[in-house]
Amino acid sequence: MLRLAAFGGIYSNHLALSAVLADIGRRGADLAWCLGDLGGFGPHPDRAAEILRGAEIPMLRGNYDDSIGNDRADCACGYTDPRDNLFAQISYDYTAARTSSDHKAWMRGLPEQHRMEAEGRRLLLCHGSPRRVNEFLWESACSDAFLEWLCDRYEADVILCTHTGIPWHRPLPSGRHVVNVGAIGRPANDGRTEVAYALLELDGGLEVEFRPVAYDHEALAREMEAERLPAEFVETIRTGWWTTCLENLPARERRRGRH
Amino acid sequence: MSPPALSILPQHPRASGGSLPLQPLLHLDSLWIQVAGTLCNLRCTHCFVSAGPGQDRHELMARAEVRAHVADGLALGVKEFYFTGGEPFLHPEMIEILADTLPQGPCTVLTNGTLLTERRLEELRRLGDAARFSLEIRVSLDGHRAEDHDRFRGPGTFARTLEGLLALERHGLLPIVTATQNTDEDPLELRERYVRMLREAGLRRPRLKLLPLFRLGREAARSRGYEPVESLADLPEESFDPARLQCSSCRAVTSHGVFVCPLLVDEPAARMGRVLGEALGRFRLAHGACFTCYVTGMTCGNA
Repeated sequence: MLRLAAFGGIYSNHLALSAVLADIGRRGADLAWCLGDLGGFGPHPDRAAEILRGAEIPMLRGNYDDSIGNDRADCACGYTDPRDNLFAQISYDYTAARTSSDHKAWMRGLPEQHRMEAEGRRLLLCHGSPRRVNEFLWESACSDAFLEWLCDRYEADVILCTHTGIPWHRPLPSGRHVVNVGAIGRPANDGRTEVAYALLELDGGLEVEFRPVAYDHEALAREMEAERLPAEFVETIRTGWWTTCLENLPARERRRGRH
Repeated sequence: MSPPALSILPQHPRASGGSLPLQPLLHLDSLWIQVAGTLCNLRCTHCFVSAGPGQDRHELMARAEVRAHVADGLALGVKEFYFTGGEPFLHPEMIEILADTLPQGPCTVLTNGTLLTERRLEELRRLGDAARFSLEIRVSLDGHRAEDHDRFRGPGTFARTLEGLLALERHGLLPIVTATQNTDEDPLELRERYVRMLREAGLRRPRLKLLPLFRLGREAARSRGYEPVESLADLPEESFDPARLQCSSCRAVTSHGVFVCPLLVDEPAARMGRVLGEALGRFRLAHGACFTCYVTGMTCGNA
């Protein structure tokens, strides 16, 4: 049996990262992976980088890490709405200016995807989707037929991804699985201040548990205010509801939120 | 991010004779179904498929015909479905067609929002609540002021469309307002203006998608058609990115067969085959609309 902990989207939330790593330790996972996007949204990006590197957790190069690591002009998050892009640029400029060159060099060298075999199954770990680092795989916007095609085309029995910030697990008719592990940097637009990561148990089958983790979100909110990050971001940390980057949410996910 | 501005377009595109990129279909993500053909209750002055009352250039598609295309799409691994026209709610079996399709994948209906009866809204709500996948209703607006919108779409249509939007929200359907960018206004300002107007009109959670104007159909007569220089001729091969164009991931079916994209359904050269299986080949990007798509990086899709 393999117990694999997977999370993505740290978004500079170093307090949530510490709480998640502690929870993974308590649960005794065999292996932990971060599926990318260390920076953005939160305060003091280097703090999360130091915690993750210090814990020697392997990480994929998400779009954010690719952009920050290579000094690109924007985060390449894939938003299309002008207001969403405006907010994305505020956090990107903040993060790019406060990430050390050592962390940038490390980000540049990270792999975009990772493959492994466990219990006779082929696992593919990616950031957005196997075909594009910034593709949004929303639960309600992907037919089974499409996810089956991804598994066929990219030769995987289990695909793990992140990028959207809302976790889900789809067992497919073929017996294969797609798991979006969610993000630990901001709550999942569900009115709860906890963040979630995925704990997978691969045996004969695959069990996926999304573990909610509480952390000192008020302390993070105060740090964000002290750094003069947008009040809209701070509100999300305090309320669990997304206030920005909403326009590419499909109807079903949007309806669950407040804004 | 919206696609970056392009510095790689040819500086002096030739009027004709240059080599045009051949566009591959990388994967069928979106299947567009022109379910209502060119039949519409409005006759908008900028309609790129010149739809209107009594317009049957593309006919209504039978429910069985739609089912067959949906099945073909699913066999190819399609991600989502879009229903368009004309006006989809003029199709007598639109609800049944959605009931057939929504259990298999996400569905979006593009409507002018003027034909949403209470019964239809209840049916849509029921379908949307029952499905695993998103049911999106996209409603077109062409101005944040009644006089602007009505100039394109006809007197009184702005008020009727707003009523439709409010009714959709009351039924929990959170419509996406699709607005054509018919002025040179900054997109961010344009967005804020729309959102402010929609909130003042009573919409609690406005969603917005901005689209560029296409110089096709009636719009070509209203303003102008494409100029010869609006062409992808001589685009350097090494700089051409097929994924920037939605036709790398979509096909559109009408009663006349399968077309490369939902915009070019009146272009004989854009007809790719009778059924999807025949329509997976490459397409020569010869149309002015291809230039608009490439320069703006736009997609007719939701996001």
